[in-house]
Amino acid sequence: MKLVKSIVRPNKVDDVRDALEKLSIPGMTVTEVRGHGRQKGHTAIYRGKEYNVSLLPKVEIEVVVSDDVVDEVIAAIVTAARTGEIGDGRVFVLPVDHGYNIRTGERDMV
Amino acid sequence: MRPMTRTLPPRRLIRSGAFAALAILACPALALAQTPAAPALNTGDTAWMLISTALVLLMTPALAFFYGGLVRSKNVLNTMMMSFISLGFVGAMWAFIGYSLALSPGNSWIGGVSLAFLHGVGLDPTGAIIPLTIPHVLYMCFQATFCIITAALISGAIVERMRFVPYLVFITIWSVVVYAPVAHWVWGGGWLAQMGALDFAGGTVVHVNAGVAALVAALCVGPRRDFKKSGLLPHNVPFVLLGAGLLWFGWFGFNSGSALASNGSAALAFSTTMLAPAGTLVVWTLLDIIRSGKPTAVGAATGIVVGLVAVTPAAGFISPMNAILLGAIAAVPSYFGLIIRARTSLDDSLDVVAAHGVGGTVGALLTGVFAEKSFNGVADGLLYGNPHQFLVQVVAVLAAIVYSGVVSFILLKIIGAIMPLHASADDESEGLDTSMHGEEAYVHTGGSTMIG
Repeated sequence: MKLVKSIVRPNKVDDVRDALEKLSIPGMTVTEVRGHGRQKGHTAIYRGKEYNVSLLPKVEIEVVVSDDVVDEVIAAIVTAARTGEIGDGRVFVLPVDHGYNIRTGERDMV
Repeated sequence: MRPMTRTLPPRRLIRSGAFAALAILACPALALAQTPAAPALNTGDTAWMLISTALVLLMTPALAFFYGGLVRSKNVLNTMMMSFISLGFVGAMWAFIGYSLALSPGNSWIGGVSLAFLHGVGLDPTGAIIPLTIPHVLYMCFQATFCIITAALISGAIVERMRFVPYLVFITIWSVVVYAPVAHWVWGGGWLAQMGALDFAGGTVVHVNAGVAALVAALCVGPRRDFKKSGLLPHNVPFVLLGAGLLWFGWFGFNSGSALASNGSAALAFSTTMLAPAGTLVVWTLLDIIRSGKPTAVGAATGIVVGLVAVTPAAGFISPMNAILLGAIAAVPSYFGLIIRARTSLDDSLDVVAAHGVGGTVGALLTGVFAEKSFNGVADGLLYGNPHQFLVQVVAVLAAIVYSGVVSFILLKIIGAIMPLHASADDESEGLDTSMHGEEAYVHTGGSTMIG
């Protein structure tokens, strides 16, 4: 079981969700985050002073998937979230020991 | 009433006669001392109009909140700026030339330039297109606030994708070439006034006019790139409710101030402005409950605005009880107009057409139905034995639709040929707050560094 954690552009969330739905991934967790990689921020002017806003809004999408589909999921996310410009985001894959369904108390068989 | 008042705008018809009587009662010495032709300044009227003008001005920031709450957080500043900026550009333009073209003597189609740059617009109640009892300069300001909000209303149809500079150019010129002539037709003694069209506070001049321009603008600018693909949801519904509440508050100045006096006509307009949106809100809420089982807050805010729009042309012409009925009836076409629009490919983002175009049209037509001479002293409508009035109202609405539609279209095509109307894909997806204004509405605490 793997946790696939992607940080994408806010306007790409719907595309990623659609791509994951096509792979029958049953759920996802989405968090609004801020951060920066190589992408420079934008310049803002408030009351005559110029600022560089370096932490830009991104969206973090987390899905837990079984090992046999993880490559397919990553490919789908990368394709859906890519624009080709700096600032498209990252995908991280982490191992998951196990998960439990809170309602039933059963161990997940992803 | 003197025969010459036949050609005067309706908002003036009521008060000139009523006020003359009032003035004579209130200060007989003054009435004796002056020739009947020179109207005196009335302090009560002046006080009320000072307040009314400020109330109407507040409607533009109120509209900014109403519209701002309805868009996504990345576009809220841009959306609110589209209303606020009208206070500057359209307000200044009104003083330069708009006021003169709308409300100075000219022909049936447009006023002259005699009052351009406020030449001769002084502190006395003289020199205006109609007899006044308030300073001429105050009348000019009151009318300015109408022009400002009418231009700002259009923005609701093109938010979240129109570039700011072409928008600015558009509303500034629009206020001169579209608003001013239409205002002249109805309130400046133009051809619709001569026909006897009733428009107390601007159903045709403000709402039908802005609604049609909004429709044309939405078509010329084109839809948002993510229209119909993502949920383009309101980011702050409390802002929407705040805006609707402040609009209602300001609308008392808009409608009741259109009596141009502190008199019975103003009180009638006040009562109808109180009651018509109540009727609309009730019907809107019931329709919400019937349709989806849930009365929505955005629906309530929209319902209030539709009721206010609908009663605007009728405010000083109909009875308070009929105002409730008018508001209730007006809810239906706008409610279903919203639903039908959502199924089309027209990206009138904040439904200016359904709320102002449809609401204004329904209000203007119902004015011709519910007008009651025993209340307004001017004309009866269809219900009170004067079907002709209804036909006059139809002509007035059609004239505004055709003129505003055609000229707005030509204007947008010209501006569009000089500069792109639609924001680039990058700017649009980043959000217009940062791409157009270099600001964010909701700033994250960390991570920003000062430059220089």
